[in-house]
Amino acid sequence: MKLFDIAQKLDLHQFTHLEVDSVDESTSAYCSDMLSCVMTGAGHHAIWVTLQAHQNIVAVAALLELTAIIISENALPDAVTIEKADQEGIILLGTTAKNFEVCGKLWELGLRSS
Amino acid sequence: MKTYRADLHLHTVLSPCADIVMIPPIIVQEAVSSGIHILAVTDHNHTANIEAVQKAARGYDLAILAGMELQTAEDIHLLCIFDSVEQARTLQKTVDEELPEILNNPDYFGAQFIVDETGDFIRSEERLLLNSTSLTLKSAIDHVHALHGLAIPAHVDRQAYGLLPVLGIFPPDLTYDAIEVYKHSDPSNVTCLSSYPTGIPVIQNGDAHFSNDLLGACYFIIENPTTEEFRKAFRGEDGRSVSLYRGIDNPRRGS
Repeated sequence: MKLFDIAQKLDLHQFTHLEVDSVDESTSAYCSDMLSCVMTGAGHHAIWVTLQAHQNIVAVAALLELTAIIISENALPDAVTIEKADQEGIILLGTTAKNFEVCGKLWELGLRSS
Repeated sequence: MKTYRADLHLHTVLSPCADIVMIPPIIVQEAVSSGIHILAVTDHNHTANIEAVQKAARGYDLAILAGMELQTAEDIHLLCIFDSVEQARTLQKTVDEELPEILNNPDYFGAQFIVDETGDFIRSEERLLLNSTSLTLKSAIDHVHALHGLAIPAHVDRQAYGLLPVLGIFPPDLTYDAIEVYKHSDPSNVTCLSSYPTGIPVIQNGDAHFSNDLLGACYFIIENPTTEEFRKAFRGEDGRSVSLYRGIDNPRRGS
């Protein structure tokens, strides 16, 4: 499914300033708030769901070539994090929904574990 | 210059996870008999038992620094160490505002006792201290430094509440004064910390929750037991230094 459609269906807002339309289809997702687990558990091009908004999420996402990060529970990345994500081409999306709810909706949309 | 043996991470009965014997006179007795000269009292998100330990240490060759083990929004434990109780209390005001209003359930988490210098009960802290504040790691470090304290991420390589497992790699923008490795790790093998920033000293403490947990593995060569001297030792300035030695797990066995 196109990230653009996912963002619309989950009512996500974008923190970064990247073109969501141009992103290829995503078929997998991963959820964890421990970045060490993400580094070993998330697959390439997955969408990552987390409530962590620390700058390191961008470094981890870039390392794994993730497509986007959905930051849950209204956690807010700071300006430096957003700028870094823009540079790295990592789309940061935000929602007030909790991890569980975001994952449930992604599953309903057909995404599976990476 | 003098060599001081130090342990900068210690819990009292105010921390719900600490043993009931962690009262000021027992802590002081254990430290003195272990040959430790400096302790930092670092309860979870609280500072109320520091003065009691300081009073219990009067008359001994034992300096008690005012500290706290602050839990950040990311679920990272940060040692915050000050010279005076007043500085620690200022940080406490911020932490009080940023800690969720969730009450402790002593049956699940353990009691949170505020005591006097003899260990006698004064009151219980009602709010659960084993919780994350809404302070980010960066803002917590900034708060500590604004109060001229030392900020040292605790047990960085421990799965629970350690900086590395939580954040994956060391953030490039942090200005901590040192890092603490887990008490069960081999400090000479910190190469496992692959993203370890060069120039930041590694220390190790007992993170004592029980009376025989004191480690005293940090040996400071400094003029006096102050955070300014520690800072110089961490930076290797003016002949000050810090080194780790733990030939034995329990320092008392060697004394």
